[in-house]
Amino acid sequence: MAAASEVSVRAASAAELLQGRRTPPSDAKRRRRLTAIGNHALAITFAVMFVSPFVFVVLTSLMTRHQALSSDLWPHPFAWGNYRTIFRDAPIVRYAWNTVVYATLASIGVVLSSVPVAYALSRIRWRGRQAVFLIVIATMMLPAQVTIVPLYIIFARLGWLGSLKPLIVPAFFGDAFSIFLLRQFFMTIPEELIDAARVDGANEFQIMWNVVIKLAKPAIAAVALFQFLYAWNDFFGPLLYANNNQNIFTLSVGLQNFTTAHRAVLFNLQMAASVLFMLPVIIIFLFAQKAFIQGITLTGVKG
Amino acid sequence: MAIAVTKDATTAERRQLRRRRGRRRGLVILAFMSPWVIGFLWFYLYPMLATLFFSFTKYDGIRLAPHWVGLFNYRALFTNDPLFWKSLANTVWIVAIGTPLQILFALAVAWALTRPRRGQGIYRTLYFLPTMVPAVAAALSFIYLLSARGPVNSTLRLLHLPDPNWFLDPAWSKPGLVLLGMWGVGEAIVIFLAALLDVPAHLYEAADIEGASTWQKFRNITLPMISPVIFFSTVIGVIYGFQYFTEAYVVGLGTGGAGANAGGLGSPNGSTLFYTIQLYHQGFEEFHLGYASAMAWVLFLIVMVCTMALIRSSNRWVYYQGGFR
Repeated sequence: MAAASEVSVRAASAAELLQGRRTPPSDAKRRRRLTAIGNHALAITFAVMFVSPFVFVVLTSLMTRHQALSSDLWPHPFAWGNYRTIFRDAPIVRYAWNTVVYATLASIGVVLSSVPVAYALSRIRWRGRQAVFLIVIATMMLPAQVTIVPLYIIFARLGWLGSLKPLIVPAFFGDAFSIFLLRQFFMTIPEELIDAARVDGANEFQIMWNVVIKLAKPAIAAVALFQFLYAWNDFFGPLLYANNNQNIFTLSVGLQNFTTAHRAVLFNLQMAASVLFMLPVIIIFLFAQKAFIQGITLTGVKG
Repeated sequence: MAIAVTKDATTAERRQLRRRRGRRRGLVILAFMSPWVIGFLWFYLYPMLATLFFSFTKYDGIRLAPHWVGLFNYRALFTNDPLFWKSLANTVWIVAIGTPLQILFALAVAWALTRPRRGQGIYRTLYFLPTMVPAVAAALSFIYLLSARGPVNSTLRLLHLPDPNWFLDPAWSKPGLVLLGMWGVGEAIVIFLAALLDVPAHLYEAADIEGASTWQKFRNITLPMISPVIFFSTVIGVIYGFQYFTEAYVVGLGTGGAGANAGGLGSPNGSTLFYTIQLYHQGFEEFHLGYASAMAWVLFLIVMVCTMALIRSSNRWVYYQGGFR
């Protein structure tokens, strides 16, 4: 729509040029320009509100300890050594590795386990399907607190506390949000394609593998990304199940632990740690933005 | 079919064949559903029921077997635990004030985003960026941003506005957390933006012909058309609001002190002691697992009642177009 009106504006000015006369800007035109300026001013104001915290955090991460406690806004001198100090004072590499292992395996698990479930809930007809789907949705609404006490005990009995297993293994048994998102997408695949495969004698597994998954790549990518991000950000899970075993701390628990130990006096190092922690996901976002936005829209609008 | 068989035999055979095929089909469906079925039994159904059972017991998970105490935990919660009430009040504050503020803010930003003809993509990216920041990193950042000499208060002082002590002042710590939440409303913005752009243009054109004002158009066209999305965001916001944990935990410990008794949890002065933080403390720091289980079921019932009430109220203010659902 925006593009179309741009084209018409351009066409209009071309017409003016051809006629060899430029009319003075009419009232309507001036009003339109003022509206445009107002619109952008508002949008830019919001942009400043959203982006400025990043600027301050990055700048502070480059200040000396003393300067970070002052109200200075610009680092002088630039203390690049803060980032080295972080790596020296906290086992960041260890934390990062744990986080990557957790996030990667959990993403794989969620995709492997949720795709067939979403397929059965959208593309196979069976009695009780709707009821089961409602239960899947209901589990999404269930506060995690209602299940953690027995889960903690189960994982303790299995000897999994202090390892990443309580975080990774459940991901291989379907994730309600991912099932929901995938189902919404699978529903949009035209029935004819699936019927055609059925007529050709394909069984359900073949249809899922050859037809549905091929068409649903963007949705699967979105699910994997969301899960990766969820695991990357997850704080409560690692806090609960790490059982104070520093060797399996993820970045979230590790950095929280690190800053609580030096609370409020080392803003520069805290900010450096925060920058390190947020950088990877921001880079992922900038590259995979489309999948993110589509995934969110899919769950939000059609929900 | 030319073979002479009695009619009975044929139907019996057919029935058997159909039954066998039906059973096969059932097995196929079960195979597809099995990850979720196992997960549901293992991670939802059993733990839910076990939590209910534990809530009637005294249990530390390690030394003693669960010891039945009837309604003792529930009675203690309601009559003898000021911290329970404090954490509940804080949580209700976040759900009743913080969540609506965030939704309104997201709606305002999304609306502003529909206005410019160019640059929408860039604006959207910038608005969404903070949503990517991990909660712990965002909380640590805001401890600095809202500190006494941090950029927010420096700006406020420059403008001769009051500069509250945010996370060090019980009256301002929750508003500080709301600000932190507003920084990360990108998901709601994206959902609202999609809904706003979905409103059919001909409705606005018709209103323009009748000379409707911007506010009238928003009130009578935009709002009803996007009400399903507002409803969805509200339900999700309320459910998550009751489970609010990470940011408050990090801020409380980051500005207060380590250990529950050093004033860390819920610092300052219990003003950020939220329900889940109190539950975590009771369950996994004090190992009062029975007590924590009772808290969990109370929370579950509160969330259920609120969600039901929202769904009930929805037919009064949510407008579903024909074909939607």
